[in-house]
Formats: sequence, C-alpha cells, structure tokens
Amino acid sequence: MIFSTLNGVLYGMLLFLLASGLTLIFSMMGVLNFAHASFYMLGAYFGFQISQWLGFWVALVAAPVLVGLIGAAVERWGLRTVHKWGHVPELLFTFGLAFVVEELVQMVWGKLPVDYRVPALLDFSAFELFGTTYPAFRMFMLLISVAIFLVLLLVLTRSRIGLIIQAALTHPNMVAMLGHNVPKVFMMVFGFGCGLAAIAGVIAGPALVTQPSMAHVLGPILFVVVVFGGLGSLPGAFIASLLIGLIQTFAIAINYSLGDALGAIGIGRPISGALSDMWQVTVAQIGPVVPYLMLVLILIFRPTGLMGTRET
Amino acid sequence: MPTRYGTGLAVAALAAGLGMTAPAFAQVKIAFVDPLSGAMAPIGEHGVKHFQYMIDKINAKGGVNGQKMELLTYDNKLSPQETVIAAQKAIDAGARILTLGNGSGAAAAMIDFVNKHNDRNPGKEVVYLNYAAVDPAFTNDKCSYWHFRWDAHSDIKMQALTTYIKGKPSIKKIYLINQDYSFGHAVRKAANEMLKAKRPDIQIVGDELHPLAKITDFAPYIAKIKASGADSVITGNWGSDIALLLKASADAGLQVDYYTYYAGGAGGPTAIKQTGLKDRVYQITEGIANINVKENLAWEEEFRKKSAGQGWWYPRVRNEMEMLAMAMNEAKSNDPKVFAEKLRGLKYKNIYGKDTYMRAEDHQFFQDIYISALTPMAGDMKFDEENSGWGWKLTATIPMANTDVATTCKMAKPS
Repeated sequence: MIFSTLNGVLYGMLLFLLASGLTLIFSMMGVLNFAHASFYMLGAYFGFQISQWLGFWVALVAAPVLVGLIGAAVERWGLRTVHKWGHVPELLFTFGLAFVVEELVQMVWGKLPVDYRVPALLDFSAFELFGTTYPAFRMFMLLISVAIFLVLLLVLTRSRIGLIIQAALTHPNMVAMLGHNVPKVFMMVFGFGCGLAAIAGVIAGPALVTQPSMAHVLGPILFVVVVFGGLGSLPGAFIASLLIGLIQTFAIAINYSLGDALGAIGIGRPISGALSDMWQVTVAQIGPVVPYLMLVLILIFRPTGLMGTRET
Repeated sequence: MPTRYGTGLAVAALAAGLGMTAPAFAQVKIAFVDPLSGAMAPIGEHGVKHFQYMIDKINAKGGVNGQKMELLTYDNKLSPQETVIAAQKAIDAGARILTLGNGSGAAAAMIDFVNKHNDRNPGKEVVYLNYAAVDPAFTNDKCSYWHFRWDAHSDIKMQALTTYIKGKPSIKKIYLINQDYSFGHAVRKAANEMLKAKRPDIQIVGDELHPLAKITDFAPYIAKIKASGADSVITGNWGSDIALLLKASADAGLQVDYYTYYAGGAGGPTAIKQTGLKDRVYQITEGIANINVKENLAWEEEFRKKSAGQGWWYPRVRNEMEMLAMAMNEAKSNDPKVFAEKLRGLKYKNIYGKDTYMRAEDHQFFQDIYISALTPMAGDMKFDEENSGWGWKLTATIPMANTDVATTCKMAKPS
C-alpha cells in the first residue's frame, strides 16, 4: 500500500514535469506540442551520453540545459516561422518533429535500449518496510521532482517573469502593448518547458528503460493530463498527473472483474457464451486504458478540464 | 527504411563472412522476420546473429544442393500486421523460406498468411519455420502443413516444469504472472490445470496478466506478489518483460523462487545476480551452454568470440537450420514443396548426442528438455552469462519420452 502510493506519486510527479511545460506552451501559443515527449526522450539519451563521459551529476545539469537550448531554437527558427500560416501548420510541424527526433535518436544510439545505469552513489535501498526494500534512486527522483515543482510554483507566482508569463497566457496582445517582448517570452517558455521534460528524461532514464519508443509510450498520456487538468492550469496539471499516476498504479493491485461484480449483486457469474472473456477481465488488466476513459468523460462533462477556464 | 538498413547490414556481414567473394548465382534466401526495433529488439537482434552464424556454417560446408544460403532480415515491430507486410516483402525479394520466433500473435498471422499464399500461388509455395513461438494451438487445432516448430510448445514445457515441481514439497503458494496475449493465456491455463492434477495441495495465490512489451516498471506487480505471500512465481514472460520483472524484483528485495521459460534472455541474468537469488531462478529450455559435451562447449566458445561474449541462446536455431539443410540435401531440391516432405518425421542427432525428431503428425519437434538454475560459477561450469560471473547449472533433465504430449492436429496435406 505504502509502496504503491510512493510508486504512484513518483509516476505522477514525472508526468507533471512533462505536463507543466506542455500545458504552459499549449495555453500560451495555442499549439499542442506533439514533440514534447520527444524532448523527454532526448533528455534521457543526452543524460545517458553525458553520464558516460562526465558522470551522472554533470548530466543532470547539462542535459536539460542542452535540450532547453534545442527547444528554444526549435521555437525561434521553426515554430515562429510556421506560425504565420496558422495553427494547423504549427501542429503538423510538431507532429513531424516527433518522428524526426525518433529517427535521429535511432540513427545515433541505435534501436536497442541503451544501458543507462543508476549512479553508483544512489544504487542502494533507501529503506525497508515489511520485508520490501525501496531503491534510493526512486526517492531521489521523487525529491527532485517535488523540488522542481516548488521552484516552478515560486517562480510563476512570486517573480516578475512569472507575472509576465501569467499575463501572456491570457492576454498576449495586451502584454505586447505594454512593451514586453512576447515572442521572446514564448521562446523562453518553450525552451524551459523542454528543459523540464529533459530533467524528467534524465532521472527516469535509468529507472525505466531508455529506448527510442519511450516518447511514444508517454506522449498520449501527457495529452490526457493536460486536457484533464485544464488548459494552462498548472494546479490542474499537478492534480491530473498525481491522479493518473495513482490510478495506474492502484489499478494493477485490484483483481476485481465485471463477473465478480455480477456475482456480488446476486446475478451469478456468467462463465460461458460468446462474451465470457469480457466478464473475466480484471481492473488490473484494463488499468492502462483508464486514463483515456477519463479523458473522454471529462471532455463530455467538463470540456474546460478540471481547473481550466477555456474550452479545449 | 529501418528494414532496408537491417538487410544491408546482414548482406554486408554475409559478404564479409565469405571473404568478399559472394557468388552472383541464385541463392537460397532465408527471410528472418522478428522485432528489430522497440522493447523486444535485443531478442530479435541476437536471433539474427544465430541465423547468420548457422548460414555461414552451412555455406562453409558447401551450402545446399550447390547453392549458398543468404539471410534477409525484416523488422515486424512485434505486430501481426507488420509481419504480413514483411513476409510479402520477403517473398517479393525471392525468399521461399520464412522464419519467425517472437510473439505468438505475429506467428499466428504468419501461419495464416503462408496458408493463404500457398493456396493462391501453386508452384511458388513458401514454408514457415518457427523457432520460438510456443502457443500450443499452432501444432494442434491451427496446425498447418507449411509450419514447422522447433521449440517445445508451452504445454510441453509446463508438463516438464510441473513434473519437477511435483517433487518439491517446499512449494506451497504459487503466483502466476504472464503476458496478456495467446501465449501468456496458454501458460496460465496449462499451469492451472497441470498443478491441480499433480499438486492439488498447492495454492495459486495470484493469476496476473499484463500488457505485452508495454510495461517499463514492474514495481506495482512486485508489490502485489509480495502481498500475496507467494513462495514461487511461474512466468512465461520473455524479452524486456522478464528482464524488467526481475529488475523490479531485485529493487524490492523480493525473495521467491522463479520458474521461468525465458529468464536467460537479454538483461535477465544481470538482474538475477542483482537480486542475489542464487539457485532460485529456474529456466526451462532445450539446452544450455554448460552441458558438458565436447561439441557443445566448443560451439559455445566459438560463438561467444563472434558475438561479444553473448551466449548461444537458441540451440533450437541450430536444430532448425541443420535439419533444414539436411532435408534440402536429402530431397535434392531447394523447393519447399519438395523438401517439406523430407522434413516431416526427420530424425536428427543434436549437439548433445541425443536423438530428436520432427513429429510428422503435427510438425512439432521433440527432444530432451532441461531445467537449469542460475548460480555463481563453480565446479565444472564453463560459461557465465552477461559477464556476471553467474551461469546456468543443470538441475534436471526431462527425457524426450516424457515430453510426448498428444496432438489434436488433423493435418491437411496439399495435393
């Protein structure tokens, strides 16, 4: 139970690192950045490569900075150029970019998962409870993501740049009129968002698996988080991330099937017939689908998302 | 694009193997279709090395009926749809021998495709040689004249495994965790039925199915196994699904016995060593590196030199390719329609000096089956795995006669 909660929160926090950047970009520029998870993957691969040369701790700092710069460059010379033609070309641009990044990663690092190891310093178990140990690296992941969340919160609500970003979220033209360089703010936010995704990549790489399909696996879930939480709403993204993290972890622990439910209310368990398989599917098996079900439901019943103010 | 890249590599490797004197005349093309990208890619990539090695050996001995063999590789991304596309490409490129191992979903699509292709293209028949997909259906109700299987199917392995478990009274609570597709379902069904018959006192405390090749973190599953109080786990997981399961098990310090089909795959032995589960992770296979037969040790030694220390995982690939060459040479033809007839019922002495045969009734191969456990190198063990200092040690041998499960196959022989 405690471990499931820890795992769920950890997964949720990782999602949040990605979703926070994505939701800011989405609400500021109106662009659903399909390539966002690719920056997460780049972060993991850069982290792997740099930690081979200079060690994990250098990688933890250098990889996000590099990916952030790449992100800023993509915004400056890619998105901004495409922007004149409207939102659809922008969308297609990021869509294509995701494939380009995946191919590039395959060309440089190959199609096999790379051997990205947990740094020796953190390769021990943090604590033991009821005979089960919990790896220190996971605690480290958790701490890093919580720390970044707090910093992000402070920057956005307490600093001047945070105020400008918040203003640009809702009234970009007004902010530009006041003399702020809104395109530059966009570029910075885009780069910063990519950098956050890269941090998630660097710390998730050793614990999960660093492979070319990692962006594909995470991409769709990210959109669920952003839409579910509400556009441009960081608290919404935060709640949605944790919720999805916990739901996915806890769903695995539940062995309850539709057939059991029917049995419990006295109808009896159907064991034969064309649909007999359906009754035996447990919650654990459909766990991975639950977030998408949530996406569909929230769009029907609350199109603005959990805490959003605009319609998707 | 990735496919062409892979083929290029294979052709280059072949050219290098022949000392750049690749002959220009028609070659016997063998198409290898398996995942070469994604989570299961390490398994497929190592499979390519096995087949290339076998083809080099066969060519060095003069090939088949005066022709050389050539390997074409195709990435099916573990998907049935991609498998069919890849198979069609391979046939268009001139291959009439197809081989595929990983994923019974992909294998089922391949069997179906080959059946239809051969119906529609008389005179251009192709044959599917299956080196690893072990859904029992392929040699039972879905059996096909054009399909031959060299790995023991899931029920044969479970038969052997439960026979072994029968003699271990310390096992009281078993947890089943398998991949959610036809093969995983076959494993859990067989485990449930056979354990009930042989050890009714054993309690099955968990019966888990998880998505195939999608999970990157097994920690929640390990927590569940822990909570169930199981003393043993039975799993048919392969590729990344077994390596990551064992890795998560190591992280959580879970102490149980693992009875596996494929713990020997990429990343498995490393994770087992990390868990410290000495002599507690078993695999059931058709052979291991540390079987003390001179030919076997020499073979392993030579292959490891050529594959950066990775072991010969698939004795069945050797069986498959040697029997293929035998059947072709005996039939004096490289036409599948002719040599398939020779392959049926073909007897063969394997590298351990044991008799084996391809059962004509259902095209299922029979051989001795070995249960081994991973343990630190000791005694006469010669090879470790993944440079971990731990290797597979033989625990039990199940003689061929005891693996002989019946078949329901009614083979339709083409006219």
